[in-house]
Amino acid sequence: MSDRTDLLIVGAGPAGMAAAVTARRHGLSVRVVDDQPAPGGQIWRGIETVAATPRAKRLGESYLAGAERAAAFRACGADYESASQLWQIEPGFRAFVTRGGKARAVTAQAIILATGAQERPMPFPGWTLPGVLTVGAAQILLKTADSVPEQPVWIAGCGPLPLLYMTQLLAAGGRIAGFLDTTPRGRLGPALRHLPRGLGRLGDLMKGLSWSLALRRAGIPIIRHVTELRAEGEGRLQRLRYRTEAGQEAEVPAEVLLVHEGVVPNIHAPLALGCAVSWHAGQHCYVPVLDAWGETSQANIFVAGDGAGIGGAEAAEPRGRLAALRIAAKLGRLDDATAETAAAPERSALSSALALRPLLDAFYAPRPQLYAPPDETLVCRCEEVTAGELRARAVEGRPGPNQLKAFTRAGMGPCQGRQCGYTMAHIVAAAQGRSVEEVGFYRIRPPLKPVTLGELASLDEQEPAA
Amino acid sequence: MSEAAAFDVVVVGGGLHGLSAALHLARAGRRVALVERRWTGRHASGATAAGVRTLGRDIAEIPISLEAMAMWHRIEAIVGDDCGFHAHGQMRVAEMAEHMPALIERQARTRALGYSHEEIIDAAELRRLVPALSPHCVGALVARRDGAADPHRTIAAFRRCCEAEGVVIAEGCGVEAVDRQGGDWLLVCGTRRFRAPYVVNAAGAWAGRLAALFGDAIALGVRASMMIVTERLAPLLDPVVSVVGRALSFKQAGQGTLVIGGGLQGSADLDRERSSVDFRNLARGARAASDLFPAVQGVRIARCWTGIEAETRDHIPVIGLSPNAPGLVHAFGFSGHGFQLVPVVGSILAELVCEGRTRREIVAFAPARLMQERAVA
Repeated sequence: MSDRTDLLIVGAGPAGMAAAVTARRHGLSVRVVDDQPAPGGQIWRGIETVAATPRAKRLGESYLAGAERAAAFRACGADYESASQLWQIEPGFRAFVTRGGKARAVTAQAIILATGAQERPMPFPGWTLPGVLTVGAAQILLKTADSVPEQPVWIAGCGPLPLLYMTQLLAAGGRIAGFLDTTPRGRLGPALRHLPRGLGRLGDLMKGLSWSLALRRAGIPIIRHVTELRAEGEGRLQRLRYRTEAGQEAEVPAEVLLVHEGVVPNIHAPLALGCAVSWHAGQHCYVPVLDAWGETSQANIFVAGDGAGIGGAEAAEPRGRLAALRIAAKLGRLDDATAETAAAPERSALSSALALRPLLDAFYAPRPQLYAPPDETLVCRCEEVTAGELRARAVEGRPGPNQLKAFTRAGMGPCQGRQCGYTMAHIVAAAQGRSVEEVGFYRIRPPLKPVTLGELASLDEQEPAA
Repeated sequence: MSEAAAFDVVVVGGGLHGLSAALHLARAGRRVALVERRWTGRHASGATAAGVRTLGRDIAEIPISLEAMAMWHRIEAIVGDDCGFHAHGQMRVAEMAEHMPALIERQARTRALGYSHEEIIDAAELRRLVPALSPHCVGALVARRDGAADPHRTIAAFRRCCEAEGVVIAEGCGVEAVDRQGGDWLLVCGTRRFRAPYVVNAAGAWAGRLAALFGDAIALGVRASMMIVTERLAPLLDPVVSVVGRALSFKQAGQGTLVIGGGLQGSADLDRERSSVDFRNLARGARAASDLFPAVQGVRIARCWTGIEAETRDHIPVIGLSPNAPGLVHAFGFSGHGFQLVPVVGSILAELVCEGRTRREIVAFAPARLMQERAVA
C-alpha cells in the first residue's frame, strides 16, 4: 500500500464509510483507518458477520441497514486498514498509524475525522467497582458476541440508548432487574417546545415510545427521577443505593449495573490538531467549529459524524458525503458548482436527520448533579483523583485545567482526560464561579491512542542504530 | 493605567529559576514581585524530566552543580517539601567496549581537578545497580548521589515558600515595555506596572527578547526537548540511566511511570508559545529505550510533550549582571540542564542583587561572552 493518499479518513462508521464512497466516486485516493476489525462503527458494530445470523433481527432494522453500507464501502476502492490505531497527525499531513505492532507514517492532503462519540462520563460513588459497566459497552458485547449477562441487570441513566438496549436485551433472552431513570421531572414541557421542528420525525419518537411500552409490558420495574445513585460492595458491586423522587433512600441488591447518560463527541483529535471548538449549550459538550461542509478551523481537516455534534447515523452519512464533496472540489476533482449541486440533497437530509435532536437534547440534558459528584467520588480513575481533591485545589490561585492537572495528576493517565475532562471543568467552574466554557479543557498531548514503546521504535527501523 | 507598584526587585519569569531567585531575595529581606506571562511552571519547568544530575556536567558548571547537589540533599529544610527528590544515582552507560575509554578519561579529568563525584563501574556492578538493563552493556560512569525529583511538586514547593515570604506573584502578566525612571526600571505589563531598581531576567526561552528591551543583545537559540511518559508499571529501576552515543535519559518516577527523554528535539514556536513533538525523531528515543531495556517494548506510552527553553552557543547558562543595563541580572540559557541548578542559582542571583557580586565561580557564565558579535559590529 502506498504511503501517500489524497484523503485519509479516520473511522469506518456511518460517516467514514459514506465519505469514502463519495470521495472514491470522484476519483480521490482514499485511505480509511479504523480501530475495529470490521467496518460499521459503533452503531453497526459487527454488521458483516452478524447480518446473516438470527440475532440480527433482534437488534432491529436500523442495525440491519448497516449491511448494505458496509458492502458499498468494501466495494468502493478505498484502502481500508482495519484494526489500526491512528495516534498522531503532524502538519503536512503526516499521520502515524499502528497496525499489527508496527507503526507507519502516511501522508495525506486532506483528513476527515469520523471518530464518533463516547458515552458521557458519569462519575458517581462506586462507578469504578467491578460489576459496573456502561450501557454502550454492554450493547457492543450484545452485538458482537451475543453476550447476555447471566444475572438480572440494573440499568441506570437516561437517553434513548438504555431504552433501545433493554428491548434488545429482552429479545435476546436477558433479564432486567429494573431501570433507574435519572431523567429529572419537568423535562417534558421544555422539550416539547422543540416538537414543531421535529414533527417530520414523529416516527422516531414513536419508536422511542414503543420501546418504553415494551418495557412496561414486560413488567420491568421503572423507577423515575432517581437521584444520588451509589454503587456499593466489597471488592465488587453488591448493592445499589439511590434516592427516589419522594425523597426516600432505597437499597437493592445488585450484581450488574449498566449506566448511561448520553453521548458526547470525541473531541480529542480535533483539540490535539489545534482545531477551534465551541461549547454546544444544547448538548452540553464541546463541538468543533465547522463550516457548512464540515471543515474545521484548520484547513483541510474535516470532522464528520457524531464527532461534529451528536446527530446519530442518519446525520453522520450526509455529513460524511458533504466533507468528501468539498475535499474533491478543493483537490480539483470537482468544480465548485457541481459540488454545490451535489451537496443540496445532503444538506436537506442532514437537516431532516437533525430535526428531532433539539427535543431529545432538551429532554435528556445531563442533570446538574451529574457533574457535581460527592467529594469521595473518583473523577480521574487513571490517577485516582477524587472530586474532593479537585474541589480543594480549584480554589487556591484559581488554576485552569492544565495547572490543576499538574497539581493533582488528574487527566495525566492513558485516557488523557477522556473520562474526567468534563467533570473537572464543571468542578472548576463551580468552585471559581465561572462558566464551563470559560474554564475550557485539558491541553491534549500526543499520542491520541496509547502506542507502545516497541511500536514507536519500529518507526526508527530504517535508520541504522547509532 | 494603574500607578506603578514599587518593589526592591522584580523577577521576570515564573519558572523554577525565577521562583528560586524570588525566594532567596525575599529571604534576604527584599520586597519582591514575580511577574509571569502565563502561570508558574508553564513552560520548561513544567515540562522537565527533573533530573538532579552532577554527572557529566561542563567543567565550568561543576562547582555550582556540586553546591546545588548538597542543597538538594537538604531540600526539605530549604522549601519545606522533599520535592519528590530521590538520590538513586545517575549513570552514563557504555553499550560497547569502545565506549569505555571516553568515560574513563572523563573520570580521570574530573579527578585531576579534585572532584570525586563521578565513578567508573564495571559490568558486574552495573548489573547489581540496574538488573533490568540489557546484558550487552559493559560498564558505566556513575554519580551515586545524583537522582531525580518531581517537577510539579518542586514548582509547588518553591511557589508556596515564595508566597509565605511575601513575594507578590503576578500571573497572566507579560512584560510589554521597559522604561527607565530615575534609578528605577519601570516594567509595563498590560494595565499593570511594576518599578524597582533591580530586575532579574529569568524569562527562559524568551529571555533574549526580554534582554533586548533593556538594550542587551544576547545571541540565544531555542530548544524543544521531547519527553515520553508511559503507563505505570511495577518497579523496574532506581537510577536515572543515560547512554553513550545516543539521545536517551531513562528513569522510573515515583508513581511507576517511565519517563524517557534525553534531549531529542521537537519544534518550537516562540511567537505562539507552542512546541510540538516530532515522532520520527522521538522514535530514536523509543528505539534506544527498548534496546537498553528490552522488557519495556510492550509498555504503552501515555503522553509525549515538549518544553521550550533557551539554549546558548556553548551550552552553559547565562548568569550574571548585565554589562550595560544597571541593576539587570540575567539567569537563563540553561540549555536543557537547568533543573538541578535551581536552588543554587537563586542564591547566586540574590547575592548579585544584594551585594553586587557573588562568592561563587560564575565567570564562565558571563552574559558578555554572547554579546561579542554586536560589540564587534
